[in-house]
Amino acid sequence: MWLADDTWEACVDAAREQGGEITLLYVVDSDTMAALSGRAGLLGRNWPGSPARGGPPAAGDPPEPGGELLAEAAESVLTAAERRLDRQCRRVTRWGRPEREVVAACADADLLVLARDGDRLALGPRSLGHATRFVVDHAPCSVLLVWP
Amino acid sequence: MSTLVSLLLLAGVLGFAVARPRGLPEAVAAVPAAVIAVVAGLVPWPDAWREIRGLGPTVGFLAAVLLLAHLADRAGVFRWAGALAARSSRGSPTRLLGLVFAIAAVVTAVLSLDATVVLLTPVVFATAARLRIRPKPHVYACSHLANSASILLPVSNLTNLLAMGAGGLSFPQFAGLMAAPWLAVVAVEFAILRWFFAGDLRVRRATEPAELEPAPRYALVVLGVTLAGFVVAGPLGVHPAWVAALGAIALGVRQKGLTPRSVLAAANPWFCLFVFGLGIVVLAAGRSGFGRLIDRLAPHHSGILGLLAMAGLAAVLANLLNNLPATLMLLPLAAHNTGLVLAVLLGANIGPNLTYVGSLATLLWRQILHRRGEPPVTGEFLRLGALTVPACLLVGVAALWLSLRVSGA
Repeated sequence: MWLADDTWEACVDAAREQGGEITLLYVVDSDTMAALSGRAGLLGRNWPGSPARGGPPAAGDPPEPGGELLAEAAESVLTAAERRLDRQCRRVTRWGRPEREVVAACADADLLVLARDGDRLALGPRSLGHATRFVVDHAPCSVLLVWP
Repeated sequence: MSTLVSLLLLAGVLGFAVARPRGLPEAVAAVPAAVIAVVAGLVPWPDAWREIRGLGPTVGFLAAVLLLAHLADRAGVFRWAGALAARSSRGSPTRLLGLVFAIAAVVTAVLSLDATVVLLTPVVFATAARLRIRPKPHVYACSHLANSASILLPVSNLTNLLAMGAGGLSFPQFAGLMAAPWLAVVAVEFAILRWFFAGDLRVRRATEPAELEPAPRYALVVLGVTLAGFVVAGPLGVHPAWVAALGAIALGVRQKGLTPRSVLAAANPWFCLFVFGLGIVVLAAGRSGFGRLIDRLAPHHSGILGLLAMAGLAAVLANLLNNLPATLMLLPLAAHNTGLVLAVLLGANIGPNLTYVGSLATLLWRQILHRRGEPPVTGEFLRLGALTVPACLLVGVAALWLSLRVSGA
């Protein structure tokens, strides 16, 4: 189940009815990370040991306030979701581009639960944002799309 | 030959400042490079001394305003602003974005761009995360406005302070001419970010009204008085650095747990030393063939096309080098004309949003955080910059041209 900052409650409620093993996934967005850290390197060069490439900042590196903030926010969403779910579950945090990370994380899943990005009040704008649309297009498993 | 040497020195200084091997301060490369430039005869000693004397008050101001922002942060000003925005947003991401824009534009203008990048951005992120709103648009708003909203007051950006000296402008004149461009640029940024992140701003959150901690009144009053002091200091012949220092002292005397060490660290002496070194290295580059090339490219008339060309040139140089050396290099060429000086600032301050290479804030950010791994520049970042920077430059220059016409300057 993919949890976004703002729509995870609906996902949790839908997943509770599904049964089976449940994994809560939260992706720390590398774009947010870049924006949070001010400028991000000379002319787009990647710096060695860049936290956005692999995982969270490597052990032994001085913790950076930006990374700490992001990790805290991820923990807070996962904890709140676990409490709401009130069942045994696995928690996963990934760092990177959300759409890619979610698709990669679904490799062994039977069903992905995710939420739309809008509401039913306005029919005009699309209810799938760029990342959500990518995931729906490319997820290797069945997808359950719920309204937030 | 001297062109090659001076450009190598400049490249070395800037490369070192970005890479920061072993976390060494930027000054470790800049000061020896400046010494080489003088010893090798690229810059005659009297000129170098004049540069240092000229930069002195500006660097003093930088140190004082860094300290002022640090103490305001300790007094809870940014935390309070975040809580206020959270409450007033009533769970709407778009309303929160508007509030973040207002706060970031004011903080940048009054306390300089570094306060927004270093002190306000984490608060904004935490505020959005607490409201369970996607924080990305709001964090982008801070990092963009730190550059593009730093055009209002001479104190908003170190580049502006350098220009105020060169252009012979007073504080009220500067603010008067830049008010319209500032408003126009902030409005354009808001329109573009709102459209760009429409997908992330859709979901409203029902929020329980959080209680607001009492406002840090004393700190807010001191900041207000300091701002007023900036305005009246000029006519009285007092450099704004003294006003900022007095403001910092007024904030500091009410705070517990301040040590001389932490005060010194907040004022960032290594970074100030770096600015001196950079000033001399840029002077060497400006006297070389590279400087003559820039001179040939720079427009000499302040019609709307001249302003636009100057702002564009400054934006390109700010992305190639960094906005500080770009400003130092272009100011002598524009100093004969107020409009051109302000156009340089529009380009040098807004331009860094394009690639996120440049600008003082990068260097300062790394200096303060002592970090080694930086996240990469992402495609989204560059797309957003490619949208906002040309639009902001066009609108900003047009507004500046109108201001100049209206004021008859």
